[in-house]
Amino acid sequence: MSALAERNARRAPKWLTRHETLLALILIVALIGLGEFNSRFLTVENLLNQGRLMTEIGLIALPMTFIIITGGIDLSVGAIVGLSAVMLGYSWKNFGFPLPLAIVFALAVGGLAGFVNGFVITRVKVPPLIMTIATLALYRGLAEGISQARSVRGYPEWFYVLGQGEVFGVPTQLLILIVLIVIAGVALDRTTFGRSLYAIGSNETAARYSALDVDRTKLVIYTLSGLASGLAAIVLVSRVTTTRMDMGMGYELDAIAAVVLGGTSIFGGAGTIWGTVIGLVMIQLLKNGLALTGVKGDATIVVIGVALILSVLIASSLQRRRE
Amino acid sequence: MSALSVTAAAPRASLLRRLASQEALLALAVIGLAIAVGFVNPRFLAYRNLADILLGNAYIAIAAIGMSMVIISGNIDISVGALIGVLATVSGSLAVAGAPILVCWLVPLVLGVVIMAAQGAVVAYLRIPAIVVTLGMMSILKGGLISVTGGKWITDLPQGFHLADLSLFGAPMPVVIMVAATALAALWMRWSPSGRAIYATGGNAEAARLCGVNPQRTVVMVFAIHGLFAGIATLVYATQLRVIQSTTPPGLELTVITASVVGGVSILGGVGTVVGSTLAAILIAEITSALVFIDVSPYWTDAVRGALILATVVADIQRRRRRAERGVRV
Repeated sequence: MSALAERNARRAPKWLTRHETLLALILIVALIGLGEFNSRFLTVENLLNQGRLMTEIGLIALPMTFIIITGGIDLSVGAIVGLSAVMLGYSWKNFGFPLPLAIVFALAVGGLAGFVNGFVITRVKVPPLIMTIATLALYRGLAEGISQARSVRGYPEWFYVLGQGEVFGVPTQLLILIVLIVIAGVALDRTTFGRSLYAIGSNETAARYSALDVDRTKLVIYTLSGLASGLAAIVLVSRVTTTRMDMGMGYELDAIAAVVLGGTSIFGGAGTIWGTVIGLVMIQLLKNGLALTGVKGDATIVVIGVALILSVLIASSLQRRRE
Repeated sequence: MSALSVTAAAPRASLLRRLASQEALLALAVIGLAIAVGFVNPRFLAYRNLADILLGNAYIAIAAIGMSMVIISGNIDISVGALIGVLATVSGSLAVAGAPILVCWLVPLVLGVVIMAAQGAVVAYLRIPAIVVTLGMMSILKGGLISVTGGKWITDLPQGFHLADLSLFGAPMPVVIMVAATALAALWMRWSPSGRAIYATGGNAEAARLCGVNPQRTVVMVFAIHGLFAGIATLVYATQLRVIQSTTPPGLELTVITASVVGGVSILGGVGTVVGSTLAAILIAEITSALVFIDVSPYWTDAVRGALILATVVADIQRRRRRAERGVRV
């Protein structure tokens, strides 16, 4: 017993061996390294621009963290981005909605898409993986069918403030992301809602017997995931000034990679918003760093794929050693 | 006493009927749909069109055989579309570079087995969920393919390369391969111990282990066989083309998964047959073609496919739950 206490005392303090701390250290090293390598990298302008570019994935990665903590997954987020974007353009152009109403409508479509996921997952008990693969096909198909693969452009000037403008010198959407990160972080850490996510992910049956409303909680997080994807769609449309049905393709990979890289266990029960934010920044740095060294975009998704598998491998082998 | 035996016998009889009916139902749907669309537009039933449906989609049915095994074993693979794209490019590049035709045909098979077996090993022995491994592999293959080839098209394929243009006993090669592969896989899964081990592993891995099945080895084997069928599917697909675009056919993995699931493979593992998945692949291809003949925009195809997979999944879960509830009552 005393030997154990002694060994614990000699071991590094707990916060230092945490996944997030290690990641943050790697992140700082990577930042300095990239800065040394390329003088264009460590400029305020470039960093703010990278923040702008990572917002869409970031918005999606926040509720994805909640979902993965409960042991679920949402593969339909990219398709929801496509569907919401199409509904924004379609309702504005074809229904003649005023743009503010079209924005609300697109958000509502995103929320509804997420709600349908959550509803079938909780009521019919379809596994989240299968449900969201099915709706990935369905939502993308709806986006394609409704838009007939036509794009919509020519939005009014004020709409571009969201995706291209800045407030106090900071990109507008980055401010929104930061506010939502703080809200999500506090909600996960300090509220019964947040703590119940861990309980569900660790042992769902135990959570049910502890009188947690598991189904309602799941319904809420999948709906949030749809809403966040809808918001990401609006930010994306505002940034690139056009609406296309193939928008958001592959976003699920980036969002899941950010969450898992940030130390959230793919098996559920563990994870933090702060970790996800670090994972998100690392992925964006990876993309930017590779782009600055002349690597094309397609090669960066190879690196993200490798990072995804490796981070899960390392996390699970660390876990096994601890046990 | 007699009441008891009746209630006990009833679920068994209906269970047998249900197991038989998924395939029968699909066959009926394939024929019924053809007749219905034929009424609206007789040109749908032209031999040329029906042949095109089969020839153009045989590779999906072949890929769905391996996918069905993967899903029955309780796993999933979303890298198969990207893999087929990579294998097609490799095979085509070899052919253009002047490699012997047999090499061009065999390399995709071997490469498919190696890549899939590696994924299976990571899933089985390092216990990483298949979704993470195959999602990562999908992006590695997809990104790797475009960055290596730069999206260049492969043209001027040699004459002998086109395996799919050959025919055997008057039947076109893709159909022959599809039927043979389905029959062999179905027999193997039904009657051989290693085939039954797939069902045992997917039904209950722990119970399978206690019965002397090695679940880990079974998963690696299933992924390896899946890779072999992906290689065969590539052959049928790539040798039909005059130009191989070095990209992955978009959404191919979803079509393959849809064929398996609609074919009656339970997404919870342990249940399903490859005869069902092949029939489902044909049905999906038929629906896609039918939409064109009844003047529905082809842009709606993906939505129909999505609705189909969603409806089948929900029906499958509901049916299982009803069966489980009845089992408890008896």
